Amino acid sequence: MALVRADGTLAIPDRLVGRRLDAERVIGWILLAAFAAWLYVFLVWPMAQVLWRSLLDNDGRFIGAANYVRYFRTPAIAASITNSLTVSLITMVITVGLAFGYAYALTRTRMPGRGLFRMLATLPIFAPSLVSAIAFVYAFGNNGIVTRQTGINLGIYGAKGIVMAEVFYCFPHAMLILVAALTAADGRLYDAAAALGASRRKTFLTVTLPGVKYGLMSACFVVFTLVITDFGVPKVVGGKFSVMATEIYNQVIGQQNFTMGATVSVVLLVPALLACVVDRIVQRRQYALVSSSARPLEPGRSPWTQALMLGYCGLIASGIVGIYLIIVASSLVHRWPYNLTLTLKHYRFDSIGGYTAILNSLWVATLTAVAGTLITFAGAYLVEKCRTRANGLLYMLSLMPVSVPGMVLGLAYIFAFNAPGSVLNRLYGTLAILVVANLVHYFTVPFLTATTTLKQMDAEFENVSASLGVPFYRTFWRVTVPIALPSIVGISMYFFLNAMVTLSAVVFLVAPGTEMAAVAVLLLDDAGESAQATAMSVLIIGVGLLVRLVYWALLRGVTRRTQAWTMATSGGSGPA
Amino acid sequence: MGEALPEVGAARPPAVALEGIAKTYGAVTALRGVSLTVAEGEFVCFLGPSGCGKTTLLRIVAGLEQQNVGVVRMAGRDVSRLPPSRRNYGIVFQSYALFPNLTVARNVAYGLEARRAAAREVDARVNELLTLVDLSRHKQRYPAQLSGGEQQRVALARALAPSPSLLLLDEPLSALDARVRLSLRHEMKALQRRLGITTIMVTHDQEEALTMADRIVVMNHGVVEQIGTPARIYSEPSSLFVARFVGAMNLLPAVADARPGWARVGPLTLRHRPAPATRPGEAITLGIRPEEVRVGAAAREADNHLSARVTSVQFQGAFTRLGLMVIGDGGPALECDLAATALAEVEIVEGAELPVALPADALRVFAPPPNGA
Repeated sequence: MALVRADGTLAIPDRLVGRRLDAERVIGWILLAAFAAWLYVFLVWPMAQVLWRSLLDNDGRFIGAANYVRYFRTPAIAASITNSLTVSLITMVITVGLAFGYAYALTRTRMPGRGLFRMLATLPIFAPSLVSAIAFVYAFGNNGIVTRQTGINLGIYGAKGIVMAEVFYCFPHAMLILVAALTAADGRLYDAAAALGASRRKTFLTVTLPGVKYGLMSACFVVFTLVITDFGVPKVVGGKFSVMATEIYNQVIGQQNFTMGATVSVVLLVPALLACVVDRIVQRRQYALVSSSARPLEPGRSPWTQALMLGYCGLIASGIVGIYLIIVASSLVHRWPYNLTLTLKHYRFDSIGGYTAILNSLWVATLTAVAGTLITFAGAYLVEKCRTRANGLLYMLSLMPVSVPGMVLGLAYIFAFNAPGSVLNRLYGTLAILVVANLVHYFTVPFLTATTTLKQMDAEFENVSASLGVPFYRTFWRVTVPIALPSIVGISMYFFLNAMVTLSAVVFLVAPGTEMAAVAVLLLDDAGESAQATAMSVLIIGVGLLVRLVYWALLRGVTRRTQAWTMATSGGSGPA
Repeated sequence: MGEALPEVGAARPPAVALEGIAKTYGAVTALRGVSLTVAEGEFVCFLGPSGCGKTTLLRIVAGLEQQNVGVVRMAGRDVSRLPPSRRNYGIVFQSYALFPNLTVARNVAYGLEARRAAAREVDARVNELLTLVDLSRHKQRYPAQLSGGEQQRVALARALAPSPSLLLLDEPLSALDARVRLSLRHEMKALQRRLGITTIMVTHDQEEALTMADRIVVMNHGVVEQIGTPARIYSEPSSLFVARFVGAMNLLPAVADARPGWARVGPLTLRHRPAPATRPGEAITLGIRPEEVRVGAAAREADNHLSARVTSVQFQGAFTRLGLMVIGDGGPALECDLAATALAEVEIVEGAELPVALPADALRVFAPPPNGA
């Protein structure tokens, strides 16, 4: 236009023409502000308390870095850092190595029973980490059944036992990541390698491994983080071998030295945070790896490979099943392994007054599932759709919890909510604070799941609605939620199962009347009531498996009813 | 701009008026002060290559993006600060954005239900619209069960259901295959005529714009290059960019001759359309459409006749495209489209020499853009 041509250098202001306020935008802002406030009160502020307290002495005087100096100069405590790093790295290498072979067999061969093997390998997810440690003690401990049968004492109290139990506990996590990575293969690359006459070894080294390198790295980081932040296993089999997570527990519970607990917590945050940040960067690359034109890979049919893989998977799966059998068996006999007559007496839980703990856990897990699903999904929706300047920050904050070890979060909640004069003080000692702790502790993965699901939806849904005069919350309810229902169901299950098995996030927060099942396992084991501890574990595992089953049935029902449209394309009635 | 916009009666303000719209994304300027009007009942196309700002402009009209400067008026009312829901338009996106979990009928009813209309009225209106787009039989299907063209029509019906005063179409045909696209062009145009609804469509497909629009807005780099009827845009492109973007055009670098109305192209001196004063010696570009190049015996007596060698023959169905090289040192290359009937009159083989004429009234003059591109 003449107007512009004449004035080509026309200065355009950075500010946009203001939009008149309307109810919808105000509602969006209020909800977003509520989400931000929630993150602040239950994540940012408590974590800031931990940082601050690590700079104070026990009387509340500011002493700068003196706690850190003391930490690094006390050999007994400082050793926990090298110990933690050592067991984490060793476990990482072993677990990822074992899981890679297993995942390879599940995805790249036609080995029989792949579905069953996959299911068996996920079993450890249903038990708190310390349960595997208890089972290993029953098998390989001084009076373990294997030790007694073979006369070989492995001496598992210490680093060796921690690594064994952690490998068991972390195996399914690594396996699932690697299965996902190995499934996303581009068959064309293998055709090209074959056409160029590459040997199997060469194909493996130049196509398979590079194709899953980000999956491998991701599995490594996840296992490393799980081990370094885990508290249950080293507590049970660590003996005198002190790691950072148990050190926090000893400082806080054993010596009531909260500031040193805070100091160790901050140090523990560093490797966990680092692993997390690198993992995020790695995962972002993974997405771009397989192009949309990729052709799925046809698994090989070599009978030798299949036989070999069957043997390998059989060995691992029977190990996992064996551990589970020991847990169940030890809970059902009078005194393992001396008196093997059957009894149900351990299930009376005499020493902790019956079923309060497991009922509390059920209740907390249910509330966590409901509230967690609501907050993560709505939060992800608001961050994704209500574009404001604060969204980048809110997204970053939402990624943070995954790198906060449960122990550290628990300690942070003591500082934040057990402070005299705090408005939120009355939360302390209630089931509500346990729900909130679980919710924040396990926030990141569901948040990312929800974000991914929302990103897959057409970004114009809200715009079409606006043009039709339909407010966003109505479209959220009528379109977004129904489409995302499978993912929502998955999120709620993730919250429920984790809330059932978690120990580290709640161990500092339970109070008389709000005992949790996983904590009960720890206390029973500590008190020498190992049989009752495994009985409680069996209940936890049973609830987990049952809920998994119910969800599975539910998801099928949900899919059939509300996702009729997805079936429509594959169904018989195509376009006329 | 040189081209007058159609006069709009003072009593009736234009359906849409954009005044000096500018938009930046950080350091990138998407629109640099765009002004135009759309008359009531008119079908206007925003045409341009990707990144020219046409979609941004449409989204500013829709209120889905906010401009940095400028005013958007609808029927005289300043809507610049209103949210999308208060602007009263229907929109069809490139992806259609049909709600996959709702049936065709529920999709079309979506905007009506929010208005708390009685169920019977909603149903009647849904039936009316589905009849209009000829989809009544698919009422209870889900979008995934429909073909691409049918989905597009559902999206159209949904946009029209609340009787908006403006219809916005964002590349509505680009996701479809060629055959469906052709038939839908006609259907959509006919529907728009019948309803008389003011329509703005964004497209990068010049053929689509030429066949559907009452007026075309050609855009490039956030600026309007030309506004006009399809015939006018085609026959009188106002800039080299428009000439290149709409249709095919032989472009010959030339130098203005001392005689007004004449220019030198290599060894040739050609007479061209009368053009606003060009200075002798000034670099210009001459443009002629392939179908305007004349060949054969008749060319021998015409203005600007010359002889050329046939370098290629491409049969294209209704016409044949000839590649020609003008004989003489530095003679330009030309493309020429011959209709099947004209082709029969002359004998054409590669390497043959042909009499060729470039009619002076078809030789347009363009000043080269400042960057020389």
